[in-house]
Amino acid sequence: MADTTTKTPAQGEFASGEELPKAQGRAKEFIKKFLRRKTAVLGFIVIIAILVLAVIGPMITPYDPNAYDYSAILAGPSAAHIWGTDEFGRDVFSRIIAGTQLSIGTALTATLLGTAGGVVLGLMAGFFGGILDSIVMRICDVMFAFPSILLAIAIVAIIGPGITNIMIGLAVFTVPSFARIIRGAVLEVRGELYVEVAKSIGCSSARTMFVHVFPGTMQALIVNFTMNIGGAILSASSLSFLGFGASVTQAEWGAILSQGRNYLAIAPHLVLFPGLVIFITVLAFNLFGDGLRDTLDPKLN
Amino acid sequence: MAAENKPLLSVRNVSKQFPVGKSFFGRPNKWVHAVNNVSFDIYPGETFSLVGESGCGKSTTSRLINRLIEPDEGEIVFEGKDIAHLPEKEVRPLRSEMQMVFQDPYGSLNPRMKVQDIIGEPMLIHTKMSPGERLKRVHELLGVVGLSPAHGERYPHEFSGGQRQRIGIARALSVNPKLIMADEPVSALDVSIQAQVLNLLRDVQEEYNLTYLFISHDLAVVEMISDRIGVMYLGHIMEIAPNEELYADPQHPYTQALLSAVPVADPEIEKKHVLIEGDLPSPTNIPKGCPFHTRCPRATDKCKGEVPPTMEVKPGHFVNCHFPGK
Repeated sequence: MADTTTKTPAQGEFASGEELPKAQGRAKEFIKKFLRRKTAVLGFIVIIAILVLAVIGPMITPYDPNAYDYSAILAGPSAAHIWGTDEFGRDVFSRIIAGTQLSIGTALTATLLGTAGGVVLGLMAGFFGGILDSIVMRICDVMFAFPSILLAIAIVAIIGPGITNIMIGLAVFTVPSFARIIRGAVLEVRGELYVEVAKSIGCSSARTMFVHVFPGTMQALIVNFTMNIGGAILSASSLSFLGFGASVTQAEWGAILSQGRNYLAIAPHLVLFPGLVIFITVLAFNLFGDGLRDTLDPKLN
Repeated sequence: MAAENKPLLSVRNVSKQFPVGKSFFGRPNKWVHAVNNVSFDIYPGETFSLVGESGCGKSTTSRLINRLIEPDEGEIVFEGKDIAHLPEKEVRPLRSEMQMVFQDPYGSLNPRMKVQDIIGEPMLIHTKMSPGERLKRVHELLGVVGLSPAHGERYPHEFSGGQRQRIGIARALSVNPKLIMADEPVSALDVSIQAQVLNLLRDVQEEYNLTYLFISHDLAVVEMISDRIGVMYLGHIMEIAPNEELYADPQHPYTQALLSAVPVADPEIEKKHVLIEGDLPSPTNIPKGCPFHTRCPRATDKCKGEVPPTMEVKPGHFVNCHFPGK
């Protein structure tokens, strides 16, 4: 070396030259920002309540949701049956609470399956690009050309009705939208310097993809996952309503609504309450998803 | 320095062009000639610098050596082995021998990883050390670069630019590389912090017997740290000389113009400015003959027609010019 002034590295100059910014909890900051969005917080509370209900629901119903009571057929809301009874005298309130598990479970499982598929495809398409990217994206384009509910109906029509098949149908039409979203996020992250750095220090493609690129897509993933659940609940209910999903004996929101339709004129409470519950649940997920997106978007803060 | 040794890295006639613009059928019809016929050697223990204005191919050269990009032509001989066209799988283990420090301290650290994981990552990839051993080494390295072990628990956004660059240096050191390529490592930093980081680079060079390829556009920084310097212009090497020699006796008119543009902090000294005229030609359309002839005060018809050969004007001092000298 040309110069001889060798100091022991830098403790002293460090202290004088650069001060250390105070550590700030990222999570703490996030929660603070999120709490400022009142509607999103409301949505979050409703979601938690519904999830709790889904778990403990069957244990706390005032009546057995499948018990017939021929003394109270199509009874309107009263003190005994606060949301009335259906054509077999079953307590609507109990059935809706008991059905939470099935309705929410179907939507959650379908969304989880579809997301997993979409993430894998989107990650590979965005990261490797080229021919793989073209093939995956063209297939997605084809699937986007179908109205999504029609696609689910087509799938259920092919593999037969039933809750499991509804999940598969919903999952399949969730895949392309997630593949596209994740691919977009991957393309953005892939351009970051630290991804090139990862390669320069010797990371394999797989490591670069999962350790460095994938976490960068989490934000888009979480937001869209939340928003998608609302849609999936609606779709699952619609499919049940159309008779593709839950059987008549199963307590499921869409199925309850579907049956009540026959008595719309004489017992409107049969469709009003399940409809309201679906409406509120979907709204809660959407509000929460919106709030999450806005909180995570640095441009809006 | 140590010119009789075998070079650690030998870049031989390396060229790289990138496609730009596409014809109707998607075939590229224009090429950016980023690096053209570049050759130089780097000897163990020395600091070799590449200087030149932005867009002259310095960074591309370092990425070619690290094989982040594959060269079109030429050889890159690292420790006696030509790595220019090795498959990615065989290049990967070699990267533990040559680590990079990048210009942008904000972009080069993954914002979602703790500092200790960032520094430990090369060890995780290239060694079989246990997590405990890695952490111990990370703490050591944090000390070496002037941070404390407690900093390892934090995330990059909690650090300043200079501190992040220290983290980048610690990461590069973690696998005991032979060669460190520092691509503008201090140009994003304040001047006061620049000196600290440069001192740190020199200290660790002595401590670990490192060889540097140092890339910069800042002549003052280069003068402070280099043993030998290569001047680049439009993807070509113009002149290579030992540090003192280059500053005292530049032979290439481009080098002379570059050096005369450095401000001197003494109003008493009268400087003779060598001005270069015209604009930098586009790298998609590099002038024939000497790439500098469009702006060179000495250019003749010979310069327009013939690519100047590499001449050794003094031992170790090479110039690519038909008319070197004052």
